[in-house]
Amino acid sequence: MTVLGTGVDARTDDFAGNRESMLAKLAELDAEHAKAIAGGGEKYTARHHKRGKLLARERVELLLDRDSPFLELSTLAAWGTDFAVGGSMVTGIGVIEGTECLVIASDPTVKGGAVNPYGLRKGFRAAQIAAENRLPTVNLVESGGADLPTQKDIFIPGGRTFRDITRASAAKVPTVALVFGNSTAGGAYLPGMSDYVVMVKERAKVFLGGPPLVKMATGEESDDESLGGAEMHARTSGLADFLALDEQDAIRIGRSIVKRLNWRKHGPAPEPDYAEPVHDPEDLLGIVPSDLKIPFDPHEVIARVVDGSDFDEFKPLYGSSLVTGWARVHGYPVGILANAQGVLFSEESQKAAQFIQLANQIDTPLLFLHNTTGYMVGKDYEQGGIIKHGAMMVNAVSNSKVPHISILMGASYGAGHYGMCGRAYDPRFLFAWPSAKSAVMGPQQLAGVLSIVARQSAASKGRPYDEEFDKNMRAMVEGQIEAQSVPMFLSGMLYDDGIIDPRDTRTVAGMSLSAIHSGPVQGAEGFGVFRM
Amino acid sequence: MITSVLVANRGEIARRVFRTCRSLGLGCVAVYADADADAPHVAEADAAVRLPGNTPGETYLRAEKIVEAARAAGADAVHPGYGFLSENAEFARAVTAAGLTWIGPPAEAIESMGSKIESKKLMADAGVPVLAELDPDAVTEADLPVLVKASAGGGGRGMRVVRSLADLPTELEAARTEAASAFGDPTVFCERYLATGRHIEVQVMADTHGTVWAVGERECSIQRRHQKVVEEAPSPLVERVDGMRERLFDAAGKAASAIGYVGAGTVEFLADEQGEFFFLEMNTRLQVEHPVTELTTGLDLVALQLDVADGGKLGATSPATHGHAIEVRLYAEDPAQDWRPSSGVLHRFAIPGVDVEFALGGSRGLRLDSGVRAGSVVGVFYDPMLAKVIAWAPTRPEAARRLAAALAGAELHGLTTNRDLLVRVLRHEAFLAGNTDTSFFDKHGLSTLAQPLADKDTERLSALAAALADAAAEREQARVLGRLPSGWRNVVSQPQVRTYGDHEIKYLLTRGGLTADGFDDVSLVDSSPNRVVLDVAGVRRTFAVASYADTVCVDSPLGPVTLTRTPRFTDPAAQVAPGSLLAPMPGTVIRVGATQGERVTEGQPILWLEAMKMEHKIVAPVTGVVSELPVAAGDQVEVGTVLAVVTPEEIPS
Repeated sequence: MTVLGTGVDARTDDFAGNRESMLAKLAELDAEHAKAIAGGGEKYTARHHKRGKLLARERVELLLDRDSPFLELSTLAAWGTDFAVGGSMVTGIGVIEGTECLVIASDPTVKGGAVNPYGLRKGFRAAQIAAENRLPTVNLVESGGADLPTQKDIFIPGGRTFRDITRASAAKVPTVALVFGNSTAGGAYLPGMSDYVVMVKERAKVFLGGPPLVKMATGEESDDESLGGAEMHARTSGLADFLALDEQDAIRIGRSIVKRLNWRKHGPAPEPDYAEPVHDPEDLLGIVPSDLKIPFDPHEVIARVVDGSDFDEFKPLYGSSLVTGWARVHGYPVGILANAQGVLFSEESQKAAQFIQLANQIDTPLLFLHNTTGYMVGKDYEQGGIIKHGAMMVNAVSNSKVPHISILMGASYGAGHYGMCGRAYDPRFLFAWPSAKSAVMGPQQLAGVLSIVARQSAASKGRPYDEEFDKNMRAMVEGQIEAQSVPMFLSGMLYDDGIIDPRDTRTVAGMSLSAIHSGPVQGAEGFGVFRM
Repeated sequence: MITSVLVANRGEIARRVFRTCRSLGLGCVAVYADADADAPHVAEADAAVRLPGNTPGETYLRAEKIVEAARAAGADAVHPGYGFLSENAEFARAVTAAGLTWIGPPAEAIESMGSKIESKKLMADAGVPVLAELDPDAVTEADLPVLVKASAGGGGRGMRVVRSLADLPTELEAARTEAASAFGDPTVFCERYLATGRHIEVQVMADTHGTVWAVGERECSIQRRHQKVVEEAPSPLVERVDGMRERLFDAAGKAASAIGYVGAGTVEFLADEQGEFFFLEMNTRLQVEHPVTELTTGLDLVALQLDVADGGKLGATSPATHGHAIEVRLYAEDPAQDWRPSSGVLHRFAIPGVDVEFALGGSRGLRLDSGVRAGSVVGVFYDPMLAKVIAWAPTRPEAARRLAAALAGAELHGLTTNRDLLVRVLRHEAFLAGNTDTSFFDKHGLSTLAQPLADKDTERLSALAAALADAAAEREQARVLGRLPSGWRNVVSQPQVRTYGDHEIKYLLTRGGLTADGFDDVSLVDSSPNRVVLDVAGVRRTFAVASYADTVCVDSPLGPVTLTRTPRFTDPAAQVAPGSLLAPMPGTVIRVGATQGERVTEGQPILWLEAMKMEHKIVAPVTGVVSELPVAAGDQVEVGTVLAVVTPEEIPS
């Protein structure tokens, strides 16, 4: 047991400046979250309420155990696109009757809950999280189906939605659909594929083809109720297992279904008694410099995230630009890899590869705290085998079987993003702080590289180099890369699971670890640890 | 010599007698009805004998069963307590005939006082001032208002005030029925009703050697439905009127002597503000309110009863009185709802600062005589009195203050009680000025006096405290993520909601603390499932929160609040049809006044329910048709049972 000390002095101007800058970013984040919460806006919200219906988030809140935490995912999906922020959908992990579930709710105030390409990807991500972490899924359905103008991006990949539901069922991970309104055409397979189906009387409408389509197809005269009403499905077709009187009744029934799953988590239980960190998480606001070029000591972050600020560092004297070690978060053991000086050298890479293998030996999840500019470049390093060593780290991360969680605190550039378990390496969860930035390299470096290449090209052709053009080009490229490196943009692209307040890191990590432990936690097998 | 005493009673009086028996080294034998099998008085006795059944007629009024019980359990004396058989001469005779010692006056004395009609004549002859008795059939307009009384009655039962001649026949009939069922004797009589007056009584104690003590007077003017609620000694009126005490004691002594009285008894008078008084009746037993006399005299009246029954001699004079004692009767009833009795489980019963329970001679301070404890079930078969709380202090205002504070701070969970009313009376200007008379509640407005001690703001704060305690409980019981921050959200869209009746509490617990709609100046200091500390506009307030199913009791120095938790979800199967009339309490349907399909007008009685010895009318809430009537006369119903459904009449447009 080693309780970390701290070198943070909250009275310094640097700290105050960092804090102020972080608070400003958090305020911007709140404003963007507010857009997602607003859904389709005041008019549609009011109309929805007037019909006696609950909003997506109201349904979710009523479904969850009171006062339990809820980790909303992909809130800013579609940010920076022409689609409404949020992807007309709410997803997250919450507790229902003491069971952690993946909750998906369509937002009917946004184009009737129609699925657009971003909502589709958000749904995929939710289903992936449910599958990887063995979380039962509760789907709160009220969607007009596909957003038809975007059908080319939806129709063919969209089939995966239904495939995922039934594969979850095959994996004995239950799926529950509560149908509050429209769930027609392809959407009908949502309840169609779910293990349990509840429909709200006089509201749910579940059919392959509505009256006009039926009329066109066969000439038959029909109506909504006889084609797809809740009563019909409960009494005649049998598609509905339960008929709910109203929305609250449907949620009540949904909760009782989850209760009767008698869900048992397969991962080891957390240590029941643990201490909160010794150091105040509030300090996290002042630790990250607003200029990412200035490194910060990740021990200060670890000391504000792990139980009792207790962290046993592994190989502290070797490859010190990457901190590795063991700790617990909300009672769950974790191995932590955290960038210290930004750059990853050969030593850091080998240390990381070894540490990841050790975690697999003892079935311990890994937490990656990103602040890296990438692997070191230069003659000495290339000749020293930086590619081989970086490859070891990437290899270890790729083939590690213990669950990974990535938190982007600051920079996450280049192959460093890969080695630290970036999105493509399938961490179970990936969250970013508002201070994070991710791209192939930093905007200035990227613009500079382009400038050098262009200058060389001009020289080789013997043409003069237009310095004015170069200045404009660099500014433009820098601006574009900067805009595309910020967390909101990456969140909008579904490249992370959400942007979090640094002070919430411990809570988010705890919820993620708890969700992960719904399934088994087991490391890779077949090789011993390679000492490097 | 008496060695073992059977108490032919239940509740606090049985415990009271046992307490003295214990101190004297006597054995204690209890009897119990089925509903009382787990009652404290049974648990405390050395031996207990079951009286099968529940109604008084099956149990505590069965003289022969009780005598048998005494024999079976080896008791050699019987104490009747008050109520039940305490003023039944036949019972006294049966006890004596069985060779047991009767702790009470001679059967003849009981008899002569038992008939109110006879006793008044007797008293008039002995020179005690009386109110003239009226023949029920000869009452005229000029006599109104009149009081109809059961001749064999006591404790207010069977008494009715009649203000118009037209009402007289029905009230007489009702009084006769009630008298017959309560006392086994339907005889009733009338007397002029003094709308206001002061109820003054004198405790007497007489031995078999001719000594008669007038121990002290009590005033019991504050009454509800002719049943005493607040009792005290000495009487503020007697203290004020020169020479009144001597005249009272003289009359009481005459009354006791006239009938050769032995043991403890009480002569009751109705007095006016000038100190004129009339004989009402003599109670030939120990009174409910005897503790105020004990606290002011230092006597143990039960010990004296036992001693006299054993042939002991009283001293030449009774001891002098000191200070002032006030007793209140804590009832499980709702004064604001026409004194509707409340039944069910008393989940918590805690009165702060009690110095002694069932005090023995000489003790002072705060005394509690209770027949219940936490977990007791208050049923429908007997009087809903939970306890008597008595405060002694050197002066009357001090005693009132002490008693009011103890009651206000009491934690009484599970039943509606008259506690708030009692506190308001004890703190009332008129009460403190000694201006108490029998019309106290009418004069000062029952609706005002019965108002909850907790004001609207306190109720709201208590609801907030309940919500925060419930949230803490929810977190504590969580199977997963129990130690994560309460109600944490990475994206906050709305508050948590908990509803308690009219109070919808919307709250958010964030890194910055509590934010609750409508509670701008309130912050949370600390919360746990049973204790919440709030900072309200800079003042710390602590709330104790206790939950019993959907009932939440919040106690604080600001006043007790009982809330009903509104369930988050309702199962449609458990919902009742609109227009349903539900039984307000458990009881028996005694009469049905409508038939299914019948058209009824708003306020029309549909059926009558008897519970806690009182008739409750169940009336149509709206004009309409009785669409369902699932009960019949004689049915036992539980609280919440659907008695009838009235479908409102369609209003023609």
